[in-house]
Amino acid sequence: MRVIATYNIKGGVGKTSAAVNLAYLSATGGYRTLLWDLDPQAAASYVFRVKPRVKGGAKALIRGARPLDDAIKGTDFERLDLLPADFTYRNMDLALNQAKRPTRQLSRLLGPLADEYDVVFLDCPPSISLVSENILHAVHVLLVPLIPTTLSERTFDQLTSFIEDLSGRRPEVLAFFSLVDRRKRLHRDITTRLPAGRSDIATAIIPAMTLVEQMSVRRAPVPAFAPRSAATRHYQELWAELRARARLR
Amino acid sequence: MATARGEEFVIASGSDQVPERLAAALEPRFTVVRETRRRARQVWLDTFDGRLHAAGLTLRQVAGAGSGELVLSTSAGTDVACEPLGTTRWPRLLDVIPAGPLRDRLEPVVEIRALLPLARAEGTLTELRVLNRQQKTVARITVDAASLLRPVPAVLPTRLVIAPVRGYQTAAERAGQLLTVADGFAPSRHPAFESVLKLTGQPPGGAADIGEITLSPAMPARVALAGILLRLANTITANVSFVIGDVDIEFLHDLRVAVRRTRSALKLAGDALPGGIAARFAPEFKWLGDLTTPTRDLDVYLTGFDQMAAGLSAASPGDLEPFRAHLATRRLTEHRRLVRGLRSARFTGLMADWRSALEAAARPSAGPEPDVGSLAADRIARAHRRVVRLGSALTRTGAGHGPSGTDLHSLRKKCKELRYLLEFFGSLYDPPAYRRAVKNLKGLQDCLGEFQDGEVQREAIRRFAMQMLARRGPAGAGRQATVPPTTAELAATLLAMGELTAQLHARQLRGRAEVADRFAQFTRAGILRTLGITGGTARS
Repeated sequence: MRVIATYNIKGGVGKTSAAVNLAYLSATGGYRTLLWDLDPQAAASYVFRVKPRVKGGAKALIRGARPLDDAIKGTDFERLDLLPADFTYRNMDLALNQAKRPTRQLSRLLGPLADEYDVVFLDCPPSISLVSENILHAVHVLLVPLIPTTLSERTFDQLTSFIEDLSGRRPEVLAFFSLVDRRKRLHRDITTRLPAGRSDIATAIIPAMTLVEQMSVRRAPVPAFAPRSAATRHYQELWAELRARARLR
Repeated sequence: MATARGEEFVIASGSDQVPERLAAALEPRFTVVRETRRRARQVWLDTFDGRLHAAGLTLRQVAGAGSGELVLSTSAGTDVACEPLGTTRWPRLLDVIPAGPLRDRLEPVVEIRALLPLARAEGTLTELRVLNRQQKTVARITVDAASLLRPVPAVLPTRLVIAPVRGYQTAAERAGQLLTVADGFAPSRHPAFESVLKLTGQPPGGAADIGEITLSPAMPARVALAGILLRLANTITANVSFVIGDVDIEFLHDLRVAVRRTRSALKLAGDALPGGIAARFAPEFKWLGDLTTPTRDLDVYLTGFDQMAAGLSAASPGDLEPFRAHLATRRLTEHRRLVRGLRSARFTGLMADWRSALEAAARPSAGPEPDVGSLAADRIARAHRRVVRLGSALTRTGAGHGPSGTDLHSLRKKCKELRYLLEFFGSLYDPPAYRRAVKNLKGLQDCLGEFQDGEVQREAIRRFAMQMLARRGPAGAGRQATVPPTTAELAATLLAMGELTAQLHARQLRGRAEVADRFAQFTRAGILRTLGITGGTARS
């Protein structure tokens, strides 16, 4: 089982869109896939029409009073399941802090799912917190959407140095440019300059597209309702790179 | 990712307008969306001896255009594992299934046997989704409308399976309840495979299970023996085409066991048959047994090869690869020879004549004749006496170097004769007593087998080594299909084979050391007493 998190300290950068579309492509590609919506805003749960509610909330999951397995819901798509968000996830830091080895709790919770899933996607809330630290310890690949701006570049550098300072196993980092607008010179400059000589930035980019915004209206992943669109092709290219990085057969 | 198989229904009026009828049955609480409709071929699979069926499992391949999957379920209809597998020509061994949970689940049950097609069907599979008021899929429905093509053409009842989407069990159950009360949908109490079995009329493994003959002590010995031998003839016939097709190695094993039992029956009780039948057919069954021996011996070697190679300590398992290649080549040659024999007029004539002779012998006749109860008691008592006499002599002289290989081989043969007699006439005795008697004898047989198998294998390794050396000579060089090993490779292989013979010898010594103890246990157990055989008559 390979664990992949879509993560950025900033919000509104395309984390959920990436998690939803890539998880869908993973499942249609034959991998048994789970998407855990860790963001209390519950956007991924909304897209899949699953009620954002977990009995007992974050506390019950972390204490083990309710196994992760029990809270999982099937989506409308074969091989793709969802662990929905819950509003109590906003207090997940508190629950984690009360547990033993607070930075390793997500790893522990995901352990029993190893036989059931080939790929787990974590759609993470935008923050840098105890939850983030848990995620960094639990994942094999950290997928970071970057809007091509100078500030994003700075934030990405902060994130990579934070990961370098981590003890124990460190995840692989793969950033990709998201919400790219080719009409903007800054976007063109950064998407050309920044990846040069770096292996931690994907070649594939995700442009800003109306079709991606349509996901919340159609309540389905883009490749499901627009399989031949340019947006789908961009996500397929990103999935191909991510799959190789995650060493998925 | 576990998926419950869900509730099954039989659709009374066939497959017409099923989506519309489903929608009508489930509204307004649910809506139904049709996903796909595809042609599908279905094949139900099991081993010749029905191992999956006996283990409460059903294996089915569903294949459509360019894709397919193998689904393993329990007899109750719960899916256990599945694996993608496109159109396949059956029968095949398990290695056709990619490594994974399905193969892991099948391996301990199927072992070395091939999967054979039991039945084939063709039809359409329609997939539908059941949505709740939030338009979320809560269940998936599969409608299976198919006709059986083989072994008998027939229309199968149209079936519907409603499977809950994970986390929506309650909603799916509600949809199932609505179907239960709707017209035309009847809950199915039996999985689809049972409908297939009803139509084929034979359970999996039925062809292999020739059936035990239940004897009664008063039955004429001639009729009973002819019945036993006819059953063995059926076993031989049932396995022949699979041996010729080289489907799996157990077919040859089962055929050989039936031949060996036939020969023993003729030797030990053939005098109960009329008109010199035993004397006429015994040499022919010896020919048949001898015909099958080389291929079977090579099968045993090749099957246990990896285990044998793993036991090497001085040599490396890789050193034995030329030996494995030699065995594989020999097996091809020997199997071709076996096939020629089984396709010969001699074999077909033998089986036809044998069957006619037995059928004639089994016909009732007027007048008193010896009964099978007395025959069984007499022959078992005699065979038992021979084992006890020979075993006592051997274990008495066992203080020095122990009994010789030849003596132990003789004792093993006597034990085998006693075992076959127990098996032929087992139904005359109390079942628990019969099982105890066989168990006691088996303990001694296992220990003698350990010794004798080592002896035979050591001798065979010597023979194979000579063949491998001869193949490198000028006479054989021109006929070789594969690249012969270099001198260095051959030397390493022969040394590794030498180590194998040393291991076998050590195993033999262990077996020999145990013989006296096992024989003492066997005599203490008192098989005749267990079976109630006194003075040469069976307890009725």
